[in-house]
Amino acid sequence: MAEVLLAAKAVAKHFGGVKALRDVSLSIREGEIYGLIGPNGAGKTTFFNCMTGLYIPDGGGFDFAGAPLKADAPHQAAERGIARTFQNIRLFANMTALENVMVGRHVRTAAGVLGAMFQNRATRAEEAAIRQRAEDLLHYVRIEDRADDLAKNLSYGDQRRLEIARALATEPKLLCLDEPAAGMNATETEELRDLIEGIRRDGTTILLIEHDVKLVMGLCDRVAVLDYGALVIEDVPAVVQKDQRVIEAYLGA
Amino acid sequence: MSKWLNPRSAFGIALIAAALIALPFVAAMGGQAWVRILNFAILYVFLALGLNIVVGFAGLLDLGYIAFYAVGAYTYALLASPHFGLHWPFWVILPIGAAVACFFGVLLGSPTLKLRGDYLAIVTLGFGEIVRIFLNNLNAPINVTNGPQGITLIDTVAFGDFRFSGTSQVLGVSLSGPQKYYFLLVALAIFVIIINLRLQNSRIGRAWQAIREDEIAAKAIGINTRNLKLLAFAMGASFGGVAGGVFSAMQGFVSPESFSLIESIMILAMVVLGGMGHIPGVILGAVLLSILPEVLRYGVGPLQMALFGKMLIDPESLRMLIFGLALVLVMRFKPAGLWPSPERKRELSEKRAGAV
Ligand SMILES: Nc1ncnc2c1ncn2[C@@H]1O[C@H](COP(=O)(O)OP(=O)(O)O)[C@@H](O)[C@H]1O
Ligand SMILES: [Mg+2]
Repeated sequence: MAEVLLAAKAVAKHFGGVKALRDVSLSIREGEIYGLIGPNGAGKTTFFNCMTGLYIPDGGGFDFAGAPLKADAPHQAAERGIARTFQNIRLFANMTALENVMVGRHVRTAAGVLGAMFQNRATRAEEAAIRQRAEDLLHYVRIEDRADDLAKNLSYGDQRRLEIARALATEPKLLCLDEPAAGMNATETEELRDLIEGIRRDGTTILLIEHDVKLVMGLCDRVAVLDYGALVIEDVPAVVQKDQRVIEAYLGA
Repeated sequence: MSKWLNPRSAFGIALIAAALIALPFVAAMGGQAWVRILNFAILYVFLALGLNIVVGFAGLLDLGYIAFYAVGAYTYALLASPHFGLHWPFWVILPIGAAVACFFGVLLGSPTLKLRGDYLAIVTLGFGEIVRIFLNNLNAPINVTNGPQGITLIDTVAFGDFRFSGTSQVLGVSLSGPQKYYFLLVALAIFVIIINLRLQNSRIGRAWQAIREDEIAAKAIGINTRNLKLLAFAMGASFGGVAGGVFSAMQGFVSPESFSLIESIMILAMVVLGGMGHIPGVILGAVLLSILPEVLRYGVGPLQMALFGKMLIDPESLRMLIFGLALVLVMRFKPAGLWPSPERKRELSEKRAGAV
């Protein structure tokens, strides 16, 4: 059995009276596509935010690649190898597509102010490598012909792809996608599915929040279901699909 | 023609160089006062480009920028005047001034950079005033700054025997003190322009822009937003410190009243009015806002005499009135600044179209 990459241990988070996460424990193994589903407001995005350091959990914590993740340090989560996209796309709207991906290289590169000032050979080589890598990634998500367009001028589907390219630029071990298929038509969803499978084949573990149950069940190796902030079940899709509590949670909602 | 005037072509560079060399001699025809005005314009270009790193690149609203200028100016004044009997050479003091200003930048920045927009503006505004008030009052119990009287007889810039005050012969050309400072200032301004340009298109510059665009997304891709903001703050402060040092040496005199809030606001206005984040725009803003008031100072009096045969309005008030009106008009009709970067211009025009 593959190693555990991310382990959530009794993660709790509340907003005033709302218990968004109730002691959620789950584990994601290296190399799998792991689905996180649940009705609206179940706490999926909150789980992402806790994991990536944007929220501080009120209880519990995360182990990632064998060591605890520091709470309240988003840039360190990225450095450790967690990258994410956002449910409501958050691109750098007035930067070009290429620049968006180039910024994504920040955490894996080193040039500082002095390098920028003196333009020494190492800095220029690094800058060229950043650009090359960013171009390759745009190609990888198939939006290379939009490289010089401002991010905000891209179509919705392309923006989602760009966000994935930017996340991949950080060389993540774990790529977390928050409802990447939201608002996509059937063809786009199908293309997205190919992209996600390709990313996994190339060695990145994937955590996928998705509303589209069909997509999740077809794509994921294992699925966890959240309802009212609590974990209902964590298992292979075939088992999850037949679980009475899951059916109730979805039908009841 | 316009291709030839492109500042990137050899011809464009030669043209600009020729203009820059001729300028102090042309200005001197109107008297040395105009050379001094020119010098201040370039000093403001330097200051505005320093502030541009903070406001334009990193998007941090700093209303106390003049404090760093003051710190640099006083560092120079204290280390090169009879006040403490120290007379260190300027090339030693300028880096010290930059370092001290940088230290103050970090001191102010580290507790406050979590604050956003308006709150940061208020804290920096307070900081600027605190520094000025300290300078005013640090004459007792130990006389450090000499209080409101300020510090006089500050050493001029000198390379060995070559002094920047008084007239001297260079390559057979007679140069006045202000004219010599002019060339020093131009050299410094070119230096800061190159740094601005290089920073903008670098890993650091992109990270700053990302923070400005969406701080949460920037964090999520691993940008240490706090450190990068601090870096912008510290760099801006250092440039302020250098400018302050040159100011001290050029004037030979500093006092706290040179570092009032209005100065901070003027420098910010240069950045915003010119075109925030766009280097040519900021230069234009700084030149216009530093020269326009002087032109009005010399122009409105005679103009009234010529038009009405007598002084109707006190020239000083009229000058500020016209100046303020000009600012309002620019912001009304060119909200992105006189010479904005192409992206920012598009951004604002789209926002407006969306609002309708
Ligand atoms: N920043 C916040 N402040 C207050 N309540 C929040 C915040 N973020 C999420 N919540 C609440 O937590 C619950 C879970 O939300 P969320 O994680 O976004 O659900 P999901 O992504 O599963 O649809 C909801 O009730 C939501 O209103
Ligand atoms: Mg959500």
